[in-house]
Amino acid sequence: MTRIHKRFGAVQANADVTLRVQAGSIHGIVGENGAGKSTLMSVLYGFYQADSGEIAIDGRPARIRNAREAIALGIGMVHQHFMLVEPFSALDNILLGAEPSWHLAAARQRVRTELQALMQGTGLQVRLDEAVEALPVGERQRLEILKALYRGARILILDEPTAVLTPAETETLFGTLRQLRERGTTILLISHKLKEIVALCDQVTVMRAGRVVLDTPIAQTGVDSLAEAMVGRRVQLGRADATVAAPAGDALLSASGLQARDAHGVLRVADVSLTLRAGEIVGVAGVSGNGQSELLDLLAGLSVPDAGQLELGGQRFTPGRWLSPARARRLRLAHVPEDRHRRGLVLPFAAWESAVLGYHRLARYARRGWQRRSTMRDDTAQMMADYDVRPPEPELRSAHFSGGNQQKLVLAREALHQPQVLLVGQPTRGVDIGAIEFIHGRLRAMRDAGGAVLLVSSELDEILALADRVLVMAGGRVTGELPIAQCSEAALGRLMAGIA
Amino acid sequence: MSAQAHELPRWLDVGVLPVLNLVMALAVSAGVVWLSGQDPAQALALLLRGAFGSTLGISYTLYYATTFVFTGLAVAVAYHAGLFNIGGEGQAMLGGIGTAVVALWLGDSFPAWVVLPAMVLASMLCGMAWAAVPGALQAWRGSHVVITTIMFNSLASAFLSWLLIDVLKDPGNMTVESRAFGPAALVPGVHELLAALGVDWPRSPLNLSVLLAVAAAVGVYLWIWRSTAGYAVRAVGFAPDAARYAGIRPPRQVMAAMALSGALAGLVGINEVAGVHGRLLLDYVVGAGFAGIAVALIGRNHPVGVVLSALLFGALYQGGAELSFEMPGVSRDMVFTLQGLIVLFCGALGQVAAPPLARAWGVWAGMRAARRG
Repeated sequence: MTRIHKRFGAVQANADVTLRVQAGSIHGIVGENGAGKSTLMSVLYGFYQADSGEIAIDGRPARIRNAREAIALGIGMVHQHFMLVEPFSALDNILLGAEPSWHLAAARQRVRTELQALMQGTGLQVRLDEAVEALPVGERQRLEILKALYRGARILILDEPTAVLTPAETETLFGTLRQLRERGTTILLISHKLKEIVALCDQVTVMRAGRVVLDTPIAQTGVDSLAEAMVGRRVQLGRADATVAAPAGDALLSASGLQARDAHGVLRVADVSLTLRAGEIVGVAGVSGNGQSELLDLLAGLSVPDAGQLELGGQRFTPGRWLSPARARRLRLAHVPEDRHRRGLVLPFAAWESAVLGYHRLARYARRGWQRRSTMRDDTAQMMADYDVRPPEPELRSAHFSGGNQQKLVLAREALHQPQVLLVGQPTRGVDIGAIEFIHGRLRAMRDAGGAVLLVSSELDEILALADRVLVMAGGRVTGELPIAQCSEAALGRLMAGIA
Repeated sequence: MSAQAHELPRWLDVGVLPVLNLVMALAVSAGVVWLSGQDPAQALALLLRGAFGSTLGISYTLYYATTFVFTGLAVAVAYHAGLFNIGGEGQAMLGGIGTAVVALWLGDSFPAWVVLPAMVLASMLCGMAWAAVPGALQAWRGSHVVITTIMFNSLASAFLSWLLIDVLKDPGNMTVESRAFGPAALVPGVHELLAALGVDWPRSPLNLSVLLAVAAAVGVYLWIWRSTAGYAVRAVGFAPDAARYAGIRPPRQVMAAMALSGALAGLVGINEVAGVHGRLLLDYVVGAGFAGIAVALIGRNHPVGVVLSALLFGALYQGGAELSFEMPGVSRDMVFTLQGLIVLFCGALGQVAAPPLARAWGVWAGMRAARRG
């Protein structure tokens, strides 16, 4: 791709971007949210037309006007959110749109034979007759890759492929990708996990603000210099120093024997007890879906347990009389929810409306049932200044901020009313590096000011960088508790897998 | 990113787009009129003259618009809580019943300044009660409000018939209607008020309810966008999970929105029963509840938009009646076709013109940016 320009309205999404990818190599593309990676790949895959510039495949100029033409040229794409029909079997998903014959039974038979050969050759094992909804995430991803290969992809684009995988599944995926490279497949890997880029790629292109800022063989770079190129300045992630936590203070929240089931009666949280003390960050590690989200909901008053009890702010709660979200806030418990789009913000609201969510009934914001809008706006402007939310426009819709800025706004809101206990779920999911550094700093500052922070994260690096004490959850239970000094990725990994 | 491509500046979205839709609807209507062998330009002129050409025409337009403002606001309020209240029809009937019961009960023995406020209150309470039942079923039992409000329309209609035939029927009168209200229970006409001020205004059904409609529009605006209660309702409408997270209980907001919605629809009773007919009769709602859905849709559920689209509908009703009267070739059904086309283009297809408009805007903005360098 040479000299690609693409503009959306007044936004220059790609400016003079040139990307050269060696056949049979794994090429990483990194950049912060909004740097133009996705736009570039969408131009390559035919979703968008470049305003100017050229694309050449195997040295021959190509015009790609839609995904069909891209597929015909041997380009395959695996999206971050899988494009699969869940009730269909894996086999039918591959068949869909590529049926070699109108006679389905015969078509299935033919495709099955071809796929088995392909699976043999690539090591991409998928149970073809299983319905997609029954497949684990890693297998669904293999199915997506298989689907692209079956359609004749020689150039494979993977968009944030490891975002949904466990560490073990990630390893398997990388093995597969290396094997594909041996077979001559060219792979374009979009990621923000620099470690993975360094571990896997041959060449890496860094984009920032629509331009290519660095293009280098992987051997000549490292995580730190890639991060610097991405953000445009030096960033410090991980522990700033060997911080020894101050001896933790009084218990601000303690829960014991919590047990909760989901709507289907499946046990999600089993006999969990924990205590949060003033001046500490307690990390909850675990692969997503092992009860951490449900635990957060219980502690925030969003759901009621079957058994157990909770003490907060000198009050005791039992399942018959559980905490409500409104009371939780009155008892100075704040909550940065895992899903900021569904919960943390009301996306169609202006930023200043989202910035008072949950606090809208405070006397500060309401007088006799009427909103005090100027106070709300002023507070929002102040939060935006303090937390470097960009653009600092309280009138802009919440949906129009980038992920990192939305998250900063949520954190600013929850921190504004001086909580004693802060529950944080996945604070940096989908957030770019510069914002991660900032958010981590704020969480540490709250701890240092004597708050208790419960940090639920599926990113081990994040837990290791922030927590003073780590609980590991697997299958709804706490499988281990370690002070940070005894934590290593290996030790936590064993606990996460439930191997005590 | 594809969302960004269709993002319009506010003035284009709120100002230009609806006008463009209206022009398209009129253009297609003109085609239909032309196909039927009539002169579209003349038809449009007649329609406009009928609706706005005389003080009498304007009065009728405003009178129709008053009813549409009430039912349109009712739909809009429910919409902000994420609810589709199709029960405006039934709630308006109940509002009329409440109005009539108070008028027949107090109208002969109390002065107007007691009776009229009591009637307004009764119309709102009855409409509210009729909407509250589907609201409660939705809030706590999850029965879809679209289904239940439709069923409540039928119930209201049956209830009204029963009341008029077996309870409130005026003995000795062959038509199915109540006895006439006393003078204290009649909402004064605008012409009477203006006559008292020395202004000569033709006699028309336009009554003081029109002021109530304006007040209701302002009140709804303030409630939705300036009050804490409205904030909670909108949070539930946009994002129930975020609302729950914020300590807002969605069932209560559903109830609040449905109650207010029903109360607004109930006010139709004041305009029609107490303002025009002076008695309770069978079909004074005549589809106004359903027209309210179209009014809210075209008005984008904003009180200002609702008032404007209610005026548009009022003008269509009044101008359309004049048109079919003056131009025998254009039947009443042709006018309904015109209304249908306007609903189609402004409501259902409201965003059809948005992508080309956005593209045109994008090209223009790009050129302007390029010229600046």
